[in-house]
Amino acid sequence: MLSVEGLSVRIGTGRGQARILDEVTLSVPRGGTLGVVGESGCGKSTLLRAILGILPRGTQVPAGAILFEGRDILADRAASARGRIGFIPQDPYLSLNPVFTAGAQILEAMRHHAPGTRRDHKAKLAELFRAVQLPDPEAALDKYPHEFSGGQRQRLLIAAALACDPALVVADEPTTALDVTTQREILALLRQLTAARGLSLLFVTHDFGVLAAVCERVAVLYAGRVAETGLTRAVLDDPRHPYTRMLLGCHPDRAVDLTGIPGTVPAATAQPAGCRFHPRCPLVQPGCAREVPPMLPLAEGHAVACPFHALPLPEPALA
Amino acid sequence: MARYILRRILLALPALFGLVLLTFVLTRVIPADPAATLAGDAATPAQLAEIRARYGLDRPLWEQAVTHMRQVLSGDLGSSIFSGRPVMEEIVFRLPATLELTFVALLLATGLGVPLGLLAALNHNGPIDHLARLISVGGLAIASFWLAIMLQLIFAMDLDVLPLRGRIDVALGAPPTVTGFFLVDSLLAGRLDLLVDTLRHLALPAVTLCLPGLASIARFTRSGVLETLQKDFVLYAQAAGYGRVRLAAIYVLRNAVTVTVAQIGLLFGALISGAVAVEAIFDWPGLGTYAVQAILSADYKALLAVTLVVGVVYAVVNVLVDVAQALIDPRVAEQVK
Ligand SMILES: Nc1ncnc2c1ncn2[C@@H]1O[C@H](COP(=O)(O)OP(=O)(O)O)[C@@H](O)[C@H]1O
Ligand code: SF4
Ligand SMILES: [Mg+2]
Repeated sequence: MLSVEGLSVRIGTGRGQARILDEVTLSVPRGGTLGVVGESGCGKSTLLRAILGILPRGTQVPAGAILFEGRDILADRAASARGRIGFIPQDPYLSLNPVFTAGAQILEAMRHHAPGTRRDHKAKLAELFRAVQLPDPEAALDKYPHEFSGGQRQRLLIAAALACDPALVVADEPTTALDVTTQREILALLRQLTAARGLSLLFVTHDFGVLAAVCERVAVLYAGRVAETGLTRAVLDDPRHPYTRMLLGCHPDRAVDLTGIPGTVPAATAQPAGCRFHPRCPLVQPGCAREVPPMLPLAEGHAVACPFHALPLPEPALA
Repeated sequence: MARYILRRILLALPALFGLVLLTFVLTRVIPADPAATLAGDAATPAQLAEIRARYGLDRPLWEQAVTHMRQVLSGDLGSSIFSGRPVMEEIVFRLPATLELTFVALLLATGLGVPLGLLAALNHNGPIDHLARLISVGGLAIASFWLAIMLQLIFAMDLDVLPLRGRIDVALGAPPTVTGFFLVDSLLAGRLDLLVDTLRHLALPAVTLCLPGLASIARFTRSGVLETLQKDFVLYAQAAGYGRVRLAAIYVLRNAVTVTVAQIGLLFGALISGAVAVEAIFDWPGLGTYAVQAILSADYKALLAVTLVVGVVYAVVNVLVDVAQALIDPRVAEQVK
């Protein structure tokens, strides 16, 4: 379905080159759900933008491929995924154009990417609005974004993501801007709709609790690199990368965001050499600052980018 | 929406009221003693008293103000001190001439300025952007009288392809008056020759008048588009697979021009005052030339009438601009509630 292979993304900035993603490899099987989890600034949105074909100007992709339905959408411009992948953005307030009605905005995308006439599109959209439980679905077509609440807007964006019958939906922290109750409702809706249609889902979050509720598989991203990947159950029950272990150790309820580790994600313009986690790692070894740790396969698709994954963490790191 | 428009109109009324009051105050301030102005230098005190009584100048000031107000509302702006003819007659003939010129200039400024600004923004720091900047700076820096004379020299004298001055060829004569706008009236009369001649006469003054407006409209559109392009919803629309042209020309532009449209209200004032110079150079029989004549002959009645009429036009244009803004951005009407 979707596979990202060795993707690197760089952006030139005033303070030098920002190495935002480095050799990121992950895949979403047909009908599968993959969660990408990591602290703010680790490159989650950039990954999605690369997949959606909306990287900012001045971005370089020195290495890697993104295969979507068998074609490399980076190498082959004609294969661009724009309009063929459903996108649920992070901020429902800023992602809709305030001067066009909800219907007009979604219908414009359908005009290019969905079969049928405008009337078919309208009927289908009204039906989708009903499926996402928007009140008064027919009238919602002609309303402006400011006439909806935040939760309703996110429902609208979910409907928009499904409007062109994509095989894959990608979501960028779709509940971050919402209150907790609304968050839960939106997640339930998203799960139900993607499962019912057999869609693949790539779900980005900084919240392990949200991730556990939605995704079968997980990739933990740290400073633009994949630290650990595997079945969500396996990673949660037996995290191997020191970073993942500390995250989960700090937050046994697994529903808190990833701020409990001392230090911060390095700036993309000043990535440390070797293992990018080494300045914060309690297990750090002399070689860690020199060698980029390779991805080591463990059991059943579980893999970790740390040769010292079997060592126990010192006690204070888990406190 | 209808409520919003009504509100805008109601809000314009106090401004108009203030304007009428202002014209009254001016009639009392400009001539130190209106009776003396009317009676002439050699008048005796008895003659002055008689004139005061005849024009109601001996009444209390508030009563005079009310009378003035009533006259203005009934369309009676008095008679020219110079010619003795009712000022309104002149205005009815000259206002359409000025409006036709300013509207065509505004149309040119918008019709060229908006696409220019859009292309400049899409071509940020590229050749088109530089060209647009050149036009913007030039349009604001070049004095319109200089440009007018250059255009006359080139197109009317050297090349002899456009008329030097006036509103229509005297030999052809004006179309029968219906609206006073020659473009409209010649169409109504089915006279294509007059339409073409009107357009030929409009070309040079309209181009002269539009240039500063074109410059600022292009500048505002450019910065509006650049700002809008940074928005999340543009990124979202790209991901959703909008067509490139449609994204730029409709989706982004509609957001961007809200600021531009607000500018047009201000711009209109600049156009009207710019029209005074342009009309003088091109001998355009509009309010501008009338105002110049009135100033030169100290015809304060005529001057006040021009002030009043321009004020009314300005108020109407600003209501239209507000309504246009609300049509473009539905939140404008919401915010006012
Ligand atoms: N257009 C850009 N120019 C320069 N740096 C950028 C740009 N976009 C993102 N970055 C940097 O890339 C890193 C990853 O950003 P992002 O993908 O938004 O992370 P996340 O979504 O995980 O919070 C951050 O350090 C950010 O500052
Ligand atoms: S490679 Fe070294 S620094 Fe990186 S996580 Fe493993 S032990 Fe820590
Ligand atoms: Mg992000």
